[in-house]
Amino acid sequence: MAGQATAFTAPTPHQSPGLPGLSLLGFNRAQSIAFLLLLAVLLVGPFVLYPVFLMKLLCFALFACAFNLLIGYVGLLSFGHAMFFGMGGYVAAHAAKVWGLSPELAILAGGAVGAVLGVVSGWIAIRRQGIYFAMITLALAQMVFFVCLQAPFTGGEDGIQSVPRGNFLGLFSLAPDMNMYWLVAGVFLAGFLLINRIIHSPFGQVLTAIRENEPRAISLGYRVDDYKLIAFTLSAALAGVAGGTKALVFGIATLTDVYWAMSGEVVLMTLVGGLGTVFGPVLGAAVIVSMQNYLAEFGAWVTVIQGCIFVACVLAFRAGIAGEVGRWLRVRL
Amino acid sequence: MIEDLIFQLELGLPQVVLGLVNGAFYALLSLGLAVIFGMLNVINFAHGAQFMVGAFVAWMLLNWVGIGYWPALILAPLIVGAFGVVLERTMISRLYKLDHLYGLLLTFGLALIIEGLFRNGFGSSGLPYAPPELLSGPPVDLGFMFLPKYRLWVVAAAVVMSLATWIIIEKTRLGAYLRAATENAALVQAFGVNVPRMMTLTYAAGVALAAFAGVLAAPIYSVNPQMGSSLIITVFAVVVIGGMGSILGSVLTGFGLGLVEGLTKVFYPEASSTVIFVIMAIVLLARPAGLFGRA
Repeated sequence: MAGQATAFTAPTPHQSPGLPGLSLLGFNRAQSIAFLLLLAVLLVGPFVLYPVFLMKLLCFALFACAFNLLIGYVGLLSFGHAMFFGMGGYVAAHAAKVWGLSPELAILAGGAVGAVLGVVSGWIAIRRQGIYFAMITLALAQMVFFVCLQAPFTGGEDGIQSVPRGNFLGLFSLAPDMNMYWLVAGVFLAGFLLINRIIHSPFGQVLTAIRENEPRAISLGYRVDDYKLIAFTLSAALAGVAGGTKALVFGIATLTDVYWAMSGEVVLMTLVGGLGTVFGPVLGAAVIVSMQNYLAEFGAWVTVIQGCIFVACVLAFRAGIAGEVGRWLRVRL
Repeated sequence: MIEDLIFQLELGLPQVVLGLVNGAFYALLSLGLAVIFGMLNVINFAHGAQFMVGAFVAWMLLNWVGIGYWPALILAPLIVGAFGVVLERTMISRLYKLDHLYGLLLTFGLALIIEGLFRNGFGSSGLPYAPPELLSGPPVDLGFMFLPKYRLWVVAAAVVMSLATWIIIEKTRLGAYLRAATENAALVQAFGVNVPRMMTLTYAAGVALAAFAGVLAAPIYSVNPQMGSSLIITVFAVVVIGGMGSILGSVLTGFGLGLVEGLTKVFYPEASSTVIFVIMAIVLLARPAGLFGRA
């Protein structure tokens, strides 16, 4: 499908010349430092903060990174990513509980169902662009929500409860939070690095070209729709992995994760962190998840505050945290 | 077999008429969305919230001030429309030069704020709102079924309102300016038409249409903060199916899909909540621009 990609010679991705030594994995210097910081936080975090909170944060961070792959690098605003996240959760929970699969396979099953759902919904949605694309993905996600509400295997309003975390590779019990944490951190890191690899690959450069100027990308001979569909599927699969991981962490998969509000939440996380930045979605997820944690007692006010953050970000703060910090330090994050 | 079907249809007729009532709301809401989108290039995600506010304003007018249904049918759209003017002037108008997606994100945020505020103020359970006396009598006998007067009125009011909107946009001088500005705003402005004000008023009119639908809906559905959010997503699908190019197109699509949904409730109830989305997928595969849309 992506045959043309081989003919495309990508420019060297964002490397600061003259500063060798600190340039890991295609990151520029600032990104390398940020990445090392992220690694340090991942390693020290569970000894300082509550591991379950960190795991939730990492699941949403991966979800936001997957979403950002689309909006930030292809320019497609999906307003239906909850369907991949929620469905991934349901399937992983079902796989772990009913089929008795080990956790790593359950998470992969979540990713696989995300990919399948992504191919189908992406195939339908990429026929339109811009605002229509957003509305179509939202409508498709609502359809998935109704299916989940009625289908027997999701347990309707109750969801799938008491999902066992199982034993990693059949050997290590994940019941202790610390063991589970290392798995979640590993899944997050793998997803994060995969996305980073994608956006710095020739394929990723074509995606960026589509974002910048789609007619020109078409005139250069790229099958734009194929690229969009592949990117959509990758993003959906990673969202499914994130949802599956979250279902295992909490031992429950519910309708909340397929509801349209969840699609809005991941948009918000990415927007707050910075659209199209590598580290923005992680920061945004950290901000929103912590906010929800500390404001949980205020009930419906959380929705109001999220709405206010949306409005403030769109009106005054469109670059997001990573974008603003990057501008201030004159680096790309 | 065929007798069986007819029997089932007779049993299901009330559902079909109910579908037509839902269709009336789809038509009114997608009409408002199309009017706003045509002029401002903004998809108004807050449309569902404004529909809900319309219903709440009618409830407040009745319970706090003692103003009944008929005045509310005019007052509530005016109040919510004025609120729309404020939103457009203070926020939405700042985004016209940016990517259209920001308009969607902003109005999504506004919808969250409005819905959250009403949930705080009124809780999640619905508030009752009685239909006006004139329309609350015994159901009308249509020969083959009994139909509550109020439902009949909703369909009639929606048809009249849609026709009125169509006449204003297609047949009047104001409508001609509007259509011209949709094609080329800069040129119309060069002719001395105050385009920014026209945009403000267009947004207000679209929002007022949503509030009008909200007042119509208040006696049918219980008045609650969530009444708009799930409806608006279905309306998005309706808009995608119809395409936003034509006013009559969105009205026809709205009523038609309401009917289809009603029929599905009769023949295959499990699919009634998803049928519109399935139709959307099929239309997108066959005719991506929508039934009445221009590519």
